[in-house]
Amino acid sequence: MSLFKEAIKQIPKKPVTIKYPFEPGIIPPGLRGLPIWDMNKCILCVLCQNACPVSAIKMIPKGPDAGIVYDLSRCIFCAECADACPKKAITITDKFELATTSKSELIFHYKKSQ
Amino acid sequence: MRYGTTIKVPFGPQHPALKEPECFLFEVEGDFVVNVKPRIGYIHRGIEKAFENNTYMHDLYLAERICGICSHAHTVAFTQTVEGLVSLEIPQRAQYIRLIMAELERLHSHSLWVGIAAHEAGFDTMFMYLWRDREMIMDLMEEISGNRVLHAINTIGGVRRDINDEQANKIRKYLDKFEENIKNYIKVLETENTFLKRTVGVGILKPSDAIALCAVGPTLRASGIKNDVRKDDPYLLYDEIPFEVITHDGCDVFARTIVRCEEMLESIKIIRYALDHMPKGELKVKAPRTFPPNESIGRVEAPRGELIHYTKSNGTSKPERYKVRSPTLGNLASVCKTLIGAHIADIPMILAGIDPCFSCMDRILIKKRS
Repeated sequence: MSLFKEAIKQIPKKPVTIKYPFEPGIIPPGLRGLPIWDMNKCILCVLCQNACPVSAIKMIPKGPDAGIVYDLSRCIFCAECADACPKKAITITDKFELATTSKSELIFHYKKSQ
Repeated sequence: MRYGTTIKVPFGPQHPALKEPECFLFEVEGDFVVNVKPRIGYIHRGIEKAFENNTYMHDLYLAERICGICSHAHTVAFTQTVEGLVSLEIPQRAQYIRLIMAELERLHSHSLWVGIAAHEAGFDTMFMYLWRDREMIMDLMEEISGNRVLHAINTIGGVRRDINDEQANKIRKYLDKFEENIKNYIKVLETENTFLKRTVGVGILKPSDAIALCAVGPTLRASGIKNDVRKDDPYLLYDEIPFEVITHDGCDVFARTIVRCEEMLESIKIIRYALDHMPKGELKVKAPRTFPPNESIGRVEAPRGELIHYTKSNGTSKPERYKVRSPTLGNLASVCKTLIGAHIADIPMILAGIDPCFSCMDRILIKKRS
């Protein structure tokens, strides 16, 4: 009986459920999503690799493949890499729809162009 | 106990109370429980050993993953312990932000539990309403820290993100709404017969038993004993903030519900006070990477009770030993005592009554000797 008032109050209200895949979801500002490297700023200093608690970042210092290999499947989205970067080369975006069907798409290779 | 009259009933490991695996072996006579044997260790993850193989900075994220619901409490305890190794003082603003997050987490954890308790009692409407309101708190935490759970806002030496004025106003606005709703729900829970019949007089834990069996948190306070780490051994800035320790003399599951509901109201007061008195300033101080040989302990009042972290450093960047004692382990002995003499139908209600988090607790494995 005591919940009767609450039930009446709900009648004129619209459903709060968002039809998510068909409508865009609500993304709060500052969401920690996919990190992206800007290789023009990156100086290959290894600090992001050392800061990563789950070894999702691997730096290749020399050769034609020199750059950053980022493994999304290991990432825990803690944003420690962005905090550690001295050149602010890492941006934390608000992209969160990151599921893919093949594992190779989860590995991002940012090459240092020379 | 007469021969042939007791039957052994295994309960679990598939989700005996909340959605976590644990096994309890009940010996029942007719409809009554006469003996309980808990068997813990189903989700042993070797987390303490993993602590020893990582640096302190990386361990922070491991500590966060001990528990999904009280993840912030675990990082507060971790940072408190590690900062204790070198007696590092963190800035006041950082302490306030940690405190606000901790209290928001208490709100979300308690509203989750009261919802679960209502669900276990067969009062699903209340479950839906509470979880709807919990969503407001989750949104607040997402906006402050960048994630709904696993906030990653703490770091050794301070916090990583600030609370700006806009967010503070949003917290105040949401809390007003939340407080009004919780007050209504307390009235409903106190008068609703479906809930009262399942909880009043169920799972009696006498104050003397609660002390003897080392119960912690709301379970202990629902037996009428004033015990709260925030008051007894203040950490962060709890000694500066006026608040009451909620107790109840009911000693049953209903008392545990009411204690948690009223604690939510106290938490709202604490957050409001903290938001009004938060000074401007630095967010973190520089912390060392390696720690000299020392031992340190951190005590935190997690939503479920007293949480203890212990570490021993050896001069390197990795701890030599890390130990976690989560509140559910403290409550397990008392819940076994409470279950003796209970009806079989009341078992889920009593088990849920301590707000168990079995995966926090499982840090031992029992190995039979061949």
